[in-house]
Parts: sequence; structure tokens; C-alpha cells
Amino acid sequence: MSDAPRLRLSGITKRYPSVVANDGIHLDVRPGEIHAVLGENGAGKSTLMKIVYGVVKPDAGTIEWNGRHVAIANPARARRLGIGMVFQHFSLFETLTVAENIVLALDPGRAGAGLPARIREVSHRYGLPLDPDRHVHSMSVGERQRVEIVRCLLQDPRLLIMDEPTSVLTPQAIEKLFDTLRRLAAEGCSILYISHKLDEIRALCHRATVLRGGRVTGECDPRHESAAALARMMIGGDLPHPRRRADSAPGAAALVVSRLTLAADDPFGTALHDVSLAVRAGEIVGIAGVSGNGQAELLAALSGERRVAHPAAVVIAGTPAGRLDAGARRALGLCFVPEDRLGRGAVPEMSLAENALLTAHRQGLVARGLIRTEAVRKYAAATIAAFHVRAGGPDAVARSLSGGNLQKYIVGREIRQRPKVLIAAQPTWGVDVGASAQIRQALVDLRDAGVAVLVVSEELDELFELCDRVAVIAQGRLSAPEPAGETNPAAIGMLMSGSFIAPGAHGERQFSPAGASGAD
Amino acid sequence: MRIRLEPRPEPSRLAGWLSPLIAAAATLIVGYLLFSALGKNPWQAFHVFFVKPVATLYGIGELLLKAGPLMLCAVGLAVGYRANVWNIGAEGQLTMGAIFGGGIALALHESTSPLVLPLMIVAGALGGLAWAAIPALLRTRFNANEILVSLMLVYVAGYTLSLLVHGPWRDPEGFNFPQSKMFGDAALLPILLPETRLNWGLLLALGAVAAGWLFMRRSLAGYQMRVAGLAPAAANYAGISAPRTVWIGMLAGGACAGIAGVNEVAGPLGQLQPSVSPGYGFAAIIVAFVGRLHPVGILCASLLMSLLYLGGESAQMGLALPSAVTGLFQGALLFFLLASDVFIDYRLRLGGRRLRTRAAGMSPAPGAGR
Repeated sequence: MSDAPRLRLSGITKRYPSVVANDGIHLDVRPGEIHAVLGENGAGKSTLMKIVYGVVKPDAGTIEWNGRHVAIANPARARRLGIGMVFQHFSLFETLTVAENIVLALDPGRAGAGLPARIREVSHRYGLPLDPDRHVHSMSVGERQRVEIVRCLLQDPRLLIMDEPTSVLTPQAIEKLFDTLRRLAAEGCSILYISHKLDEIRALCHRATVLRGGRVTGECDPRHESAAALARMMIGGDLPHPRRRADSAPGAAALVVSRLTLAADDPFGTALHDVSLAVRAGEIVGIAGVSGNGQAELLAALSGERRVAHPAAVVIAGTPAGRLDAGARRALGLCFVPEDRLGRGAVPEMSLAENALLTAHRQGLVARGLIRTEAVRKYAAATIAAFHVRAGGPDAVARSLSGGNLQKYIVGREIRQRPKVLIAAQPTWGVDVGASAQIRQALVDLRDAGVAVLVVSEELDELFELCDRVAVIAQGRLSAPEPAGETNPAAIGMLMSGSFIAPGAHGERQFSPAGASGAD
Repeated sequence: MRIRLEPRPEPSRLAGWLSPLIAAAATLIVGYLLFSALGKNPWQAFHVFFVKPVATLYGIGELLLKAGPLMLCAVGLAVGYRANVWNIGAEGQLTMGAIFGGGIALALHESTSPLVLPLMIVAGALGGLAWAAIPALLRTRFNANEILVSLMLVYVAGYTLSLLVHGPWRDPEGFNFPQSKMFGDAALLPILLPETRLNWGLLLALGAVAAGWLFMRRSLAGYQMRVAGLAPAAANYAGISAPRTVWIGMLAGGACAGIAGVNEVAGPLGQLQPSVSPGYGFAAIIVAFVGRLHPVGILCASLLMSLLYLGGESAQMGLALPSAVTGLFQGALLFFLLASDVFIDYRLRLGGRRLRTRAAGMSPAPGAGR
């Protein structure tokens, strides 16, 4: 093995019309090294990885691969060099099998009759068992990620880029993934690991390069740094933890779900079975679970995007609301932060001011059916200021904002409506630590102000930091909420695999009197 | 060399404005080639087509007269199109408006009351409304495709009118021609511009344009229609009722088309005939899109489309060309508009490098919206 680094980036600079995404970045990755690239949203991590993978061309700087200068013109060139990338958002066709999905992505010549056997062989060697003939729609998110990883491994990569791979995994699945990555590294494959989860980086990575504002602000051995020290490098200050008032006694139940049963509305959806839950004023209840276990269906049934036949299945602030649409439920004091920001929480093509009107028009922004333009702009500007949204102002188009900034805006828009009940789905998904802390603080403040808050999240750390009680959703069923102080992430992780569901309950239909109410 | 289309980070506002101009230019080029191929002098043909019709005051009156119903129909349709409610049947709703309005005129034939005309307009609006309510009801109740239903109802409306003027409403002193009695003076729109046929109907159309602007730009309901069109999931999230969106979209188009029908029968026609419109309801679809579904854009586009109608007539007389040439120009205009609209969201790249043409060199304007 030569002394030359596997990958060396020198002086990489990439300018966009409004920002410098990368500014003179230097980065060395040695063979067999797991190298973390750490930074907040907008720090330039993704741009840098896209440059390495040939998706984006740098304006200046050089790339050396095993000691030789290279120009990476496109992803195909990157793959030929031996660079593989697993994206945060999967690119799999649900209706195709594992093998079909992999063939589609392989360079011509690599696919062949022996492919299924090679998929089995490679996936077992790295502890990622996969059945090549299974259809992707039947797979969990963790299994889908395996497909993406195996797809890369089949090309014998010498450098594997992982973009926030754990955001969708259970704690147990994360451990498995780390085993795989460690084994790969031991065989000499280098790994670039993008994340803002400090504990994972400290557990997994050999070295870390920290980015802030497009520049390298530090390089360290994360195994010898505290999470607080890493966070300081990343955000340039101390990480605030949510402050909460001493546990005040929660009030009356403001959101009550009773025996909610609901058929899935698309072939790849999850049916809800007999879900019951009460969220009291002044408490935060969390719902943990691996995505695809009924979260989307439950949230739609709670928000009113899907109505349920039985009015009493969903009670908001004392009013049966099962048959009400989303607008009528909002009038009862419900606010909702959905997990999809663009296209659902906000209209991509519209300005932030116009997007304020989407749900906040009851806040005196409309008079006699006509929009009060100045009031709308004021509401948007106040939201931008209060939640430190980085945007050009109320006229900035929603889709021009980064995901984290748009999320802050949507959270702010909902919270500033002074709801009685707030439901937040993945409130900090893909949001950097600084903004996450701020969003969590806002949720805690809301709880202290006597609002009933329901948080659905895949991040256990977040739920334990925020919640008074935690429940788990698995296969469309909800476990009984437990006080967060009396349980722990490992126990919740077990529940996430569905251990609380009675054997024989799978696929069985519930024909209780109230259970029949669910049919939509 | 490879040509690629690359998504823009934001829609280009400049391309949004240029697109109709590019489409108009491309239509003229096609016209040039077409006239040349037919053995006509293209420049002389253009003169006959585009200049001669509006060279006189009477011509300008005709231009505005024809622009009125186009404007009315297009503004109403645009309300629905913004929300992805595809009412293709404005022609039928216009016909129904003419039947309802004309029915009032015939029933009150001897009356000289100044209320006859307002009554006709209200009746016409209700007629168009009722005709548009059928596809709206079928769509919201049974999820029937409103494009097909509204389109097929055009023919039902046409035959209904034909039945009436061949039968019960035929003028007994009309030498058996399939047309109604001439309306009384109280049922005719007063002339607006002396020496022309231009009548007060234009003011109705301009009023509709102003109302359309107020609704789409300033009202909460209009905003919600736009949300429903741009992001259906966001509309559902915000609790914007999908059936209500369909109803507003269809009924706005129907009412406006119905009034346009009254404009025709109480204006230039002065009676009911087997056909009361040279396809205004269909041409208005093109007007709505060429006008970018924006009331001011529709105002301009309706004048252009009106000129195409007049040019077609002028070309029939002056150049002995068939009347199909009007339809050809209309079709080419819409075709090129839809094609050049691609550049609003995409830019052209050649061989991976930025192409320095006007179309590709347009930088995305920050804060641009459509």
C-alpha cells in the first residue's frame, strides 16, 4: 500500500450565484479510513460530496486519486475510478425486484446471468442479507438501504460515500450498519461518512473534517473529542439544550384518539389497527418507529387529510373531529407540521408570504374574503425573524430555501398560530444541530405554555430529549405510551421491531364495534 | 454535439415573459413559409392578414367586438385552469347562455323595459352556470373526467340550440330559415362606438377581467385555487376543499361563457341562429394560456386572437385562402407557446457547457414567480 492518500482534495472551491458553497477545501482520506465530514445544513458537505462523485464541477482546486491528478466529469467516471455513493434519499423502483433495481444502476458489462448469485454472495459477506428476487415495496427502509449499499459494493468501490445513512434506521439496524462499514474499512475501502449526529461519528469514525460556512474549521480524531467539542467546531458556539419548566402537572386531554382503525389507501401503505392515544395539555407525547409502519396514515387521519367514518375516533379539544376536514380541524385549534416540506407543508413555487397564508389565514390575514397583503407580509417577516430563518425575506420563493430553513419557517408558521394541539412529524429531519435545538426549544416552550404536543420521529435521541411519554408504532399498531423516565432507547428499540404485538394479530381484522368505524 | 435540457433552480421570470413573444414569432415564421408555399407574396399576405383588418375605425371596432367574448370566456376558464380544473366546454356553456338569454328576449319581445337586457345577462350567466354544473357534479360525485364531460356537452348544447331554432323558436315570418325573430330594441346591447358594431358588451368583458384579477390576486378563495393547482398535497394539508375548488373553477368558466353568449345574440347577431359562435369557447382556451392565465395577459391575448379571426376573414376575401387558415394560426400559436414554455423551468445546454444564446443565457431571477 503506497503512502499516497486514497483521495486528496486541494483548494476545492465552488461558487453559486448567491453563496460560496465550498471555499478552498482541503481533505485527505487514507486507505481503509472512515472519515467523517461534519457540518450543519448549508455548511457545504453535500456540494463537496457531489464534487467527489462527479455530479458537480468545482470552480477551482484539484482532486488526486491514489496520488494521481484526476478530473471527475460525471458519476460514471467516478464509479470507474472506484467511488460509490449511497444517497440519503433512495433511488429505487418499488415495483421492481432487488436484482432488477441493481441491474438498472450497474454500468453495462457488469450485469450478467450470475448477478443474483453475486448479490447473495456480496450481501452475506458484509452481513447485509438480501433476497435478489424480493420486490422493493415489501422491504423496510433499512432493507432498502441495504440494496443501495450492495449496489455500490458490487462495483468493488475503493471509496464509499455515505450521506446521512442512519437517519432512517432503528438503533439495532445502525449497529449492524456500523459493523458492515468497519469490515469494509478493514478490507482497505475508504469511507466518507456525512452526518451531523455527533455520537455516531465518535463511535465509528477514525478522523473528522468539520465544515462551517463552506470552509474547513477543524480536523480531529473524533474518538478523542467530546460531543460538545465537536459541536463547538461545527456551529462555532455551544449547543443549547432545551430548557423546560419543572414538570408541571399536565391538564385535560386535548387530543384523543380512540380505537382508530383505517385501511391503507394505497397498495404500499400500512393499515392502522385499533390505535388509541391521549395527549394532555402541557405534555409532549412522542411516537417512535421505523418509517413505513403507519406513521403517514396516522398523521393523515389526525390532521384531517384523511377523514375517518366515526367522528369520535379523533377528538380535538373536546370536539369529535373524525369527519372534519383539515381546515375545520385547524379551526378547533389544531396545527400540524408535516414531514414533507415542499409540496405539502409549503407550496414550492410560492413566496414565504404566500405560504404563510396557507394555514395562518385565520390569524387576521384576511378581511371580507380579501387578502390583507401587508398583514401577510408582516406575519411572514415576524416568523422569519423569530425563528432565524435564513431567507431573502417574505418574497423569497419557498423552494429556494434549504430544507432546514424551510422547516424552521413551517414550524414557526404553525407555532405562531397559538394552537391548542400541535402535531409535528419529523420536526428536525435533515435539520442541522443549531436549528434542531431551536425547533426543540420551541416545542418545549409550547408544552410549558399548556399546549398538547405530539411528536412523531424516527430519532430516539430527539424523543427522549423532548417527550414526557413515548409510544411506539409498528405494523400499524401503537404501543401504550410509557413515561420517558421509566424506559430507555434500547427498550423502545425492541418495541420498534413489533415485539408488543400479540402473536396472531398480524393481518387479523378487528371487528369490535368501535373498530369498525375506521373504514373510510 | 449533445443538447440537454437542464432544470433551472428557479423558474425564470424573463422566460415567462418572452415565451409568448417567441411563440408569436415562430407562428409568423410558419405563416411566412406557408404563404410562400401557397405561392403568395408573404409580406403582402401578412399585410392583408394583420394590418388591413384594423386599418379603419370600423375594423378596430370589429377587433374589440370579437375580443369581448374571448376575454370573457378566457378569464372564466383561467380561474379553473389555475386550480387544474379543465373546463374544455366553454363553447357549450356560451351556447347555453345564448339560449337562456335569447329565450328571455323572445319571451319579452314586446317589452321596452330597461330591465330586459340585465335580465338577459343574468339568465345567460345562469344558463352557462347550469351547463358547467353538470361536469362539476359528475366530477365531484363520481370522479368523472371533467374534460370529457364538458367537451361532450358542447355538442348537446349545439343540438339543443339547433332544435329550438328549427322548431318552437323559429321566426314564423322568417321564410322558413332556421332562426328566431330579431330581438326588440330593448334586448339589444347599445352601440359603444358610433359608426361601428362595437357595443357595451366590451365593458362587461372588461369588468369580468377586473373581477378576475381581484379574485385571483387578492381573494383568499383565489389564492386557494392557485394552491390547489400548484401543490394538491399542500391544498389537502391546508384543508382546502377539493370539491369546492372544482365547483368554483367550473362555475366561473360557465357563468362567464354564458354572458359571452348573451353578448353575441344581443350584439352583432340580434337573434338566435343555429350557431352563435365561431368557436370563441375553444379559442378562449388558447387565449387563457397565451395570456399566462393572468387577467392582463388574457386582455392582450384576446386582442391577438381576435386579430387572427379578422385576418382569416380578410385572407379569405383578399387572398382567396380557405378559412382554415385561422385555425391553423391558432393551433400554431398554442403549439409554439407550450414548446417555449419549457424554457421557464429548464435551460438549454450544449455538450455540457452553458450556451450563450438568449434563451439559455437568461439567469434565474431571485424571487421569481410565475
